[in-house]
Amino acid sequence: MSADPTASDKRYKIIEATMRRYGYQSHGLIEALHSAQEAFGYLDDVTLWHIARTLHLPPSKVFGVATFYNLFTLKPQGAHTCVVCLGTACYIKGAREVLAALEAEYDVKAGGTTRDNQLSVLTARCFGSCALAPVITFDGETIGKVAPATVTQQIAQRLAAVQQTA
Amino acid sequence: MNLEELNATAASERLAQAKKRHHIRVCVGTACQALNSEQLAKELQAELRRRGQNGDVEVKCVGCPGLCSLGPLVEIESQVNGQAAIAGTEGGQRKSILYQFVKPEDAGEIVAHLGGEPIKRLETPLDQPFFTRQTKIVLEHCGKIDPERIEDYIAVGGYQALMKVLTEMTPQQVIDAITRSGLRGRGGAGFPTGLKWGTVAKADPNAYPTSVPVGIQSRKFVICNGDEGDPGAFMDRSVMEGDPHRILEGMAIAAYAVGANHGFIYVRAEYPLAVKRLRTAIRQAQRAGLLGNNIGGTAFSFNVDIRLGAGAFVCGEETALMASIEGGRGVPRPRPPFPAECGLWGCPTLINNVETLANVPPIIMKGADWFASIGTEKSKGTKVFALTGQVAHTGLIEVPMGITLREIVFDIGGGIPGGRQFKAVQTGGPSGGCIPAQFLDMPVDYESLAKVGSIMGSGGMIVMDDSTDMVEVARFFMEFCMDESCGKCIPCRAGTVQMHRILTKIQEGKATRRDIQILEELCDLVKHTSLCGLGQSAPNPVISTLRYFRDEYEKKLAADETNGKTPQPSAQVANPSA
Repeated sequence: MSADPTASDKRYKIIEATMRRYGYQSHGLIEALHSAQEAFGYLDDVTLWHIARTLHLPPSKVFGVATFYNLFTLKPQGAHTCVVCLGTACYIKGAREVLAALEAEYDVKAGGTTRDNQLSVLTARCFGSCALAPVITFDGETIGKVAPATVTQQIAQRLAAVQQTA
Repeated sequence: MNLEELNATAASERLAQAKKRHHIRVCVGTACQALNSEQLAKELQAELRRRGQNGDVEVKCVGCPGLCSLGPLVEIESQVNGQAAIAGTEGGQRKSILYQFVKPEDAGEIVAHLGGEPIKRLETPLDQPFFTRQTKIVLEHCGKIDPERIEDYIAVGGYQALMKVLTEMTPQQVIDAITRSGLRGRGGAGFPTGLKWGTVAKADPNAYPTSVPVGIQSRKFVICNGDEGDPGAFMDRSVMEGDPHRILEGMAIAAYAVGANHGFIYVRAEYPLAVKRLRTAIRQAQRAGLLGNNIGGTAFSFNVDIRLGAGAFVCGEETALMASIEGGRGVPRPRPPFPAECGLWGCPTLINNVETLANVPPIIMKGADWFASIGTEKSKGTKVFALTGQVAHTGLIEVPMGITLREIVFDIGGGIPGGRQFKAVQTGGPSGGCIPAQFLDMPVDYESLAKVGSIMGSGGMIVMDDSTDMVEVARFFMEFCMDESCGKCIPCRAGTVQMHRILTKIQEGKATRRDIQILEELCDLVKHTSLCGLGQSAPNPVISTLRYFRDEYEKKLAADETNGKTPQPSAQVANPSA
């Protein structure tokens, strides 16, 4: 590494604050990873090494924790994310077909990002909004009672709207 | 805040509320919020300001009243004669109406009809079985109070139980009360809560080597397990969102009883609203002196931290959950030693589910005998269920133990929509089983559910109609367990993969009778040799569907298997190890 990015990038200050709150002790590791993912959108090697050094933990432990939990991602996400709930209630109400429709429309596999980096299609275990099943979220906005036939249109509309304002 | 100050706050808050002629309660739980209910609350407020009525009408954002399928819900409670109600009195002088599917555009009409005739188009009866058949203890304040205001909670009697415990009871008396009430763990297994508290209270913090981080003074801990991972379950989320102070009060009482000074609430990161409301609640309680040092002017100190999960189902298992709080990978470890003796950082630790802790304050206030009078002989109190799937009314319900499945599905749930037939109800998520129609009249309690091969579980209840493919359901849950297996012990790690493979083979129509036999052997093996609850219960959905819907499996066998010879009675391929 030529220049240390952790010195110049302000986002590292957020992670630093979290680690300080736990006295730079190892039990703050998961909280630090949450902060890092919130700041950067994903966890890259530089960040993971930085956290390992600051908390005096072996990098293997930091990487082990980061890869153990489903919520942490080590690769960058698209500009927008669409998450399809695959909980039981959504599943028996047709979430699989909804996912298939999205995968076909945007030519991605669940967990992947479109080639233009605009949309990531992800799956989740359960949002706990089972009464609205099947449920998807688009950039955190919950959309309930979706159907395979209309879901792609709903996403396309929202995608167009956010791209226009950007 | 001491008892007098608490009472004064409650009285002044009640007085302020009694002055309002109408109370408009807008549900802002996750489901209704997704349908724009926050915007609706803002519109209502704006409309009231425009009409100059904001003085005697109160708009309150509340937690989930339960009937999520009709959301967004708005409840309006009005004084009947226009007289100011006497603080604290309910019923009689006030009447309530409930509006369903309310949109922000309806705000003007709702305000215009205040005090007059209800809007027929939006009204839904409050005396329908969905509401009248329920008994609310845990959810009594959900949908009534603003979860982001501690004064609201205090006004309905909040923190009185904590004060009573701190000033009038010894820790042993608290444990005795909980034991006598018959309260059992609501996380699924149903371990007697009083017994658990007693064990932690007696445990010696120096019995095992400890490694408590610098800055944490306590040598015993209380953990609230809010890692509600079962897909299709959202009871704990609703309590955390709708009545967060109740959980803090329950935790503080538990901490006093077992001698802990520090607690953790472990919440799924997938529940951002619950996390936000809990954080607000902790801050408010600290400021009011109801958490922190010298609570209520007594010598008792108790602090609470929130820890976020990160999407690992296994972290709902208590030893894995503690490993996660310690900052590591959430993998379970063998028990004994049990967490009650050697838990978080080696200290005696009490782990209770959200719903269990929420039951504690009313037990203290109304007495153990009152609680024990509800429910069945061995299962006391109520249980909250998340009723979802192919049923007319989906949402959150709280029913007394011992109610029948038929009452839940057909009376409260309103039956199966679309003219279809009831087929099964799935309880306990990936650890539970499917209960077929012949057991509809069975009472719902821990023992009865276990007898038919399911479990109470945390409270997810998914209704399936005759269009549901039971083999697919089993495969779905097996896929879940396979993905969520932490990989530490081999039976679970490898067994779930093999079982999933066989189930997929059955679905593809390539399986033979021998495959079903191997599947049954694997179920038995994984169930009895896995390290933690995840593996031990992972075969349950397969076992129960094989038990009640075996014909569906056999119909899917490879063609030469089913056509070649006459179908064999299932006894000949029964589980050889059973």
